[in-house]
Amino acid sequence: MAITEITKENMDAEFKNSPLPTVLDFWGPKCGPCMALMPKYHELAENPKYAGKFKFCSVDTSKNRRVAITFRVMSQPTFLFYKNGEEVARLGGEALTIEAIKAKVDELVG
Amino acid sequence: MEKRELVIIGAGPAGMSAAIYGRRAGLDVLLLERKGTGGQINLTDEIENYPGISHATGAELGQMFKAHAMKFEPEIRMVDEAKVELRDEKKIVVTRIKGENSEIEAEAIIVATGAHFKRLGCEGETEHIGQGVSFCAVCDGAFFDGFEVAVVGGGNAAVEEGAYLTKFASKVYIIHRRDEFRADRAAIAQALANPKIVPVYNSVVEKISDAEELESDDGMPHENLTLKNVKTGEISNLRVACVFMFVGQAPDDDCVRGLVKAEKGGWIITNDKMETSVEGIFAAGDVRSKYLRQVITAASDGAIAAMAASAYINEQVHLRATLLEPESVKAFFYSSIDESQVKLSNYVEKFANENGVKIPLIDGYRNARMTEKLQLSELPVMVELASGKVVKVTKVNSESDVA
Repeated sequence: MAITEITKENMDAEFKNSPLPTVLDFWGPKCGPCMALMPKYHELAENPKYAGKFKFCSVDTSKNRRVAITFRVMSQPTFLFYKNGEEVARLGGEALTIEAIKAKVDELVG
Repeated sequence: MEKRELVIIGAGPAGMSAAIYGRRAGLDVLLLERKGTGGQINLTDEIENYPGISHATGAELGQMFKAHAMKFEPEIRMVDEAKVELRDEKKIVVTRIKGENSEIEAEAIIVATGAHFKRLGCEGETEHIGQGVSFCAVCDGAFFDGFEVAVVGGGNAAVEEGAYLTKFASKVYIIHRRDEFRADRAAIAQALANPKIVPVYNSVVEKISDAEELESDDGMPHENLTLKNVKTGEISNLRVACVFMFVGQAPDDDCVRGLVKAEKGGWIITNDKMETSVEGIFAAGDVRSKYLRQVITAASDGAIAAMAASAYINEQVHLRATLLEPESVKAFFYSSIDESQVKLSNYVEKFANENGVKIPLIDGYRNARMTEKLQLSELPVMVELASGKVVKVTKVNSESDVA
């Protein structure tokens, strides 16, 4: 399953109001911890067990700062979880692990 | 239980160098890591002081370290937590992966877990982490393109990261509690020459609170820093989009806390072979009590620790097989730095050959731990052991005592 790229134009339709529970990865090309997490995040999103049940998104904040400001995300990496149009969790910081992200995804998939 | 020769905890520059040296010394190496390889250099924008690499980003150098280490095929294992325990003189690493614990018995352990930036501890800091309080300029700096930000601290990290932030921010206040920065002269000169940098000396941040939105903010949330001048006691306000904390580091020493000797703050004490107070446990890199915490000194520590660990493992394995495992053995312990004792050892060797008996020669000076373990208070001595237990110790004064 591909990861949906989020921009200012599609953030409401694709992310915020997604009918599926969803997560948005805020990353930037110069952020070491973000780049370290990225391949693992992509691997997680490829897992067929989430197909049709969960939506994985990401936003390159170096090109889309407005998206970050809208969600008041000002630190990277940050993973923002939405369900039914509302923020349900926010994971971030240099110590963030893929295990923590996966646990939250599994919790929201139910 | 899983048994390994060398277990290295932490895959930053120290751990990765230790893995390279350990593998090249022929050891079986298991490298444990929590987040991802590279360590703190991932948080560094530019590395310009590692010889041979005139310029790289921290993340790039981390990748180079990893690629180099992988050439020698150590096993890298991602764990959520690692803890070192001692059981009957055995060194056990308890790891947790996805909530499940497992145990590894190691011949030697190198703790290369590094350090992290400390929190400042002022009111409002915790609430604003990720929303106006940052510990990583390269991660978050670009968000604040065109806005004013602040840095707290006065060391190299504060001054260098402050200079980095001027690539984006319109102004960077560097708030320091003393009347001058304590970073390198070159770094200070470079920072002070930058018109976007405004030093705020003799000041501490007392509180961080949300600021009222202004039209010029363009939607970017701002905060008020309540500053106190430590000389005059005067209170003032500074309005910024983000504050970056570089107020010193704390060691990531959790895995051996209380087990090995450390100085105040948790920095692990080692000798110049990177040996900690516990036999077979070594420490390398930023987690250690040391003068200079840099990529190059971390790499150096890792190399030394791996070689010392390799010597330790060889010594242990050899001595165990020679002295402790046989049902009965007679060994000659001498000191290689005493000429008369060396002569005696030559005589013992000759005597053993002529009489067709085996008498292992053990240099008690180089194998001090074993000498201590067997409670040999003086050298040279002939020691009789049975299944690892000392049965008889005979002082050897001259060649005539050998027979």
